[in-house]
Amino acid sequence: MSRHIVAAVGEIPPGGRKLVTLNGRDIGVFNLGGEFFALLNRCPHQGGALCRGSLTGLVTSTTPGEFTWSRAGEMLKCPWHGWEYDVRTGQSWCDPEDTKVRLYPVTIEPGERLAKGPYVAETFTVSVEQAYIVVEV
Amino acid sequence: MQGVAPGGIDCDLHPALPGTAALMPYLDPYWREQITVRGIDGLDLASFPPKIPANGRADWRPQHGKPGADFERLRHDALDGFGLRAAICNPLYGVQAVYNRHFATALATAMNDWMVAEWLDRDPRLRASVVIAPQDPAAAAAEIERRAADPRFVQVLLLAMGEAPLGRQEYWPIYAAATRHRMPIGVHAGSTARHATTGNGWPSYYLEDYVAHAQAFQAQLLNLIHEGVFAKFPDLRVVLIESGFTWVPNFMWRANKTWRGVRAEVPWVDRPPADLIREHVRFTLQPADAPPDPADLARAIDQIGSDDVLLFSTDYPHWQFDGTDAYPAGFPAALRQRVAVDNPLATYPRLRETLA
Repeated sequence: MSRHIVAAVGEIPPGGRKLVTLNGRDIGVFNLGGEFFALLNRCPHQGGALCRGSLTGLVTSTTPGEFTWSRAGEMLKCPWHGWEYDVRTGQSWCDPEDTKVRLYPVTIEPGERLAKGPYVAETFTVSVEQAYIVVEV
Repeated sequence: MQGVAPGGIDCDLHPALPGTAALMPYLDPYWREQITVRGIDGLDLASFPPKIPANGRADWRPQHGKPGADFERLRHDALDGFGLRAAICNPLYGVQAVYNRHFATALATAMNDWMVAEWLDRDPRLRASVVIAPQDPAAAAAEIERRAADPRFVQVLLLAMGEAPLGRQEYWPIYAAATRHRMPIGVHAGSTARHATTGNGWPSYYLEDYVAHAQAFQAQLLNLIHEGVFAKFPDLRVVLIESGFTWVPNFMWRANKTWRGVRAEVPWVDRPPADLIREHVRFTLQPADAPPDPADLARAIDQIGSDDVLLFSTDYPHWQFDGTDAYPAGFPAALRQRVAVDNPLATYPRLRETLA
């Protein structure tokens, strides 16, 4: 396992995302209202670039004709076949137990601490005044 | 008796109505007058031309009249011939195709009175589906209510091809009444010719009509599931009769795959369509569209993923097989008891209670 600085906190706005490659793995980092989540950019269904899919909400219903819309922007739809994944858990909506996308731990670290290492930050100049998004892969 | 597990229940038997005149004793004077003055007869569906070979097996076909019209023959050939403990009658006549909804409703009521007097009262093994005219859903629901007092009516009969897809909300009063009285909805092969019998338009030949029925059953299943009928009526069971069943696995795979991608359109479908089919839908045995190699049949059944969904049927007097073994070649021996007894009893609670 290694820890990677992927962006300064302000670089990914709420509702935004950044695609990165860490240890050879393609990963999408998402900002959901200030909370950050990192998902493997590979749909467990057939390998589509999941993290390039659209973010949508969750629609549920208790009876035909009723639509309950919630969690706007927290569901990720694979661009290949439209399977929905919960960005917070990586679980697919249709098959949550068996079909889930790999989630990686994300932390926010102050630049002051990062400057001391041991972090992989080859593309960054870390400033002690800022906070950074760190993904553990 | 070869072929049927002891105490077997035939879930699709066809007593035939000789013609509209046979309903006269059960119609009120206005409709008797109308039928007489207008010369109404021969309302048989084009889906079941009485004289085609498939409509009456040679050794079951009487010298005169329609196959299945004679009670003694039916008792001898089917009830005794297969050693049945019980059999569910699905009378096919063009009630569902009549455009005048009031006349259709009157005919449906008369069909059910005829069924009681001329069939059910003559042999304790017989049960029946309630004939309704879905052209008038409120009247159809009232007919179900009327028949509910007679426990020998165990199911409601509809056709595979009618005026509108069966999941549509205008039909829900029928499902509410059926559920209230624990009757499954039996959807039998047959078209009312309201629409072309294939999605591509009218075919030229009867054989196309016949084979294309699987499309119609698939469309009805899709509509029942996605309109939310099983979400609205969680206790409802639907029995597809004369639908075949070996097409079910690939249909399930395609329905599941598509649901995963676009289920947001129908969020009340909260589980894979195949799960809903296994829970709510049953299929009669005959006609079985069996694979050329009998060894492949067990695999097709296994791919459906449930031993609960098949119901034994002979389809008497229709010609689906010869002799007395109604099971297609390769049908797993271990499933016979299940299909002939356990599954029918589980599917038809009103039948179960009257056999106890």
